[in-house]
Amino acid sequence: MFKTNPYRARRISLIMLVPLCLFLAACATPETARISGDVFDPYEENNRQTHELNRALDTALVRPVGVGYTKIIPDDLEDSIGNFSANLGVPATVVNNLLQGDVEGAFINTMRFVFNTTLGFGGLFDVAADFQINEVKADFGQTLYVWGVPEGAYIELPILGPSTERAAVGRAVDLFTNPLSYVLPSPDKYIGTAAGVASKVGDRGRYAETVDSVLYNSADSYSQARGIYLQNRRFELGDGDAAEEINPFDLNTEGF
Amino acid sequence: MTKYTRLAATGLISAAVAIFTLVPTTASALDNASAKKLVDALVGEINRVIASEKSEQAMFNDFKRIFAKYGDTSYIAAYAMGNDGRRASNAQKKKFSAEFQTYISRKYGSRFREFIGGRLEVESVRPVKSWFEVKTTAFLRGESPFTVTFLVSNRTGRDKFFNMFIEGINLLLTERTEIGAMIDRRGGNIDQMIADLRNAK
Repeated sequence: MFKTNPYRARRISLIMLVPLCLFLAACATPETARISGDVFDPYEENNRQTHELNRALDTALVRPVGVGYTKIIPDDLEDSIGNFSANLGVPATVVNNLLQGDVEGAFINTMRFVFNTTLGFGGLFDVAADFQINEVKADFGQTLYVWGVPEGAYIELPILGPSTERAAVGRAVDLFTNPLSYVLPSPDKYIGTAAGVASKVGDRGRYAETVDSVLYNSADSYSQARGIYLQNRRFELGDGDAAEEINPFDLNTEGF
Repeated sequence: MTKYTRLAATGLISAAVAIFTLVPTTASALDNASAKKLVDALVGEINRVIASEKSEQAMFNDFKRIFAKYGDTSYIAAYAMGNDGRRASNAQKKKFSAEFQTYISRKYGSRFREFIGGRLEVESVRPVKSWFEVKTTAFLRGESPFTVTFLVSNRTGRDKFFNMFIEGINLLLTERTEIGAMIDRRGGNIDQMIADLRNAK
């Protein structure tokens, strides 16, 4: 019987990702200079279909479960589940900090991980935040940005929601960037995944009204979600200074 | 749906923002120190409102009053209407501006309860062209701190807040998208949009 070494299988899948990543990154359409709020959306028709699908899924499942979850689970426990899941993601963030050459960010995040895993009882409590050690966010989509890969087209992914071509490739690669997934035995890994899902669902419930206002109460929820996502994503990446682009003295306000 | 949760978190702050209108001062030029002092005072007020755990309706009323008094409402309304504003009559503009204030108050004020337990802290102030950018950090329960930026100018002769960014999300741009979509849905009918704004959330 041929038996695959799980570690080798992991390594092989990681190596296979490199050409995949390069391929996908090459798909991203180069862009010209743009201002914040500009949208490149050649797949709008398909995206709108996916958006309707996501909305239907939210109505039927995610929203009711999220609202029920928030109602049933005490706030403290809800926070702890969120902290636990976030803490498990920190090693992946550190990998991306390093891939971006951000040694300071990697150090800060490592400190967070150490504090929260030990003093915070396995990540249930965010004690690092009490020491003003806040996460330096990083993901592989951001790493691609730092490496000069263009944003590409806007896409709305099924279930996951708004994204761009670059961010979507990042998400796919990030399935493999967490060192913990290579060292934790299987059942423990799934606890982390479950906590992650629970945390997202809880957020849906906790911020139900705000999410509803975008998904159900806006005149065009697709373009509203798209605009909000792109602005926020670019802000997180430090891509452009949105605050400099509007001059209040340029607008004709006569009559208003 | 995960991205929606992020904008949910950030959206909450818009509620705070709502209340957040800058304290009016005399027509003297703003500088870093006075802008910071202004926003410090304001943040204190917002934090008090959040901590008061008032009813939704009470917060909504607070917000509406403060927004009308301290916000650069004509600028915000003009921006939200965008290009459609060029073909609007003065009567339409005036009516829109009034309805828009009510709409904004309701839209953001109604989310206040998601904010309870949160607070804003002023981080820094810097001059940008002819206005000031005041950066604050929002701390919400169970969330990583995030940035809320206010833009302040004395365009009208008094210091007013005219825009805000929640984690990069531009309030004016978001509302322009919304109003534009409403007008499109009504075949370009501005009067109908204004009438429907009354029930818009």
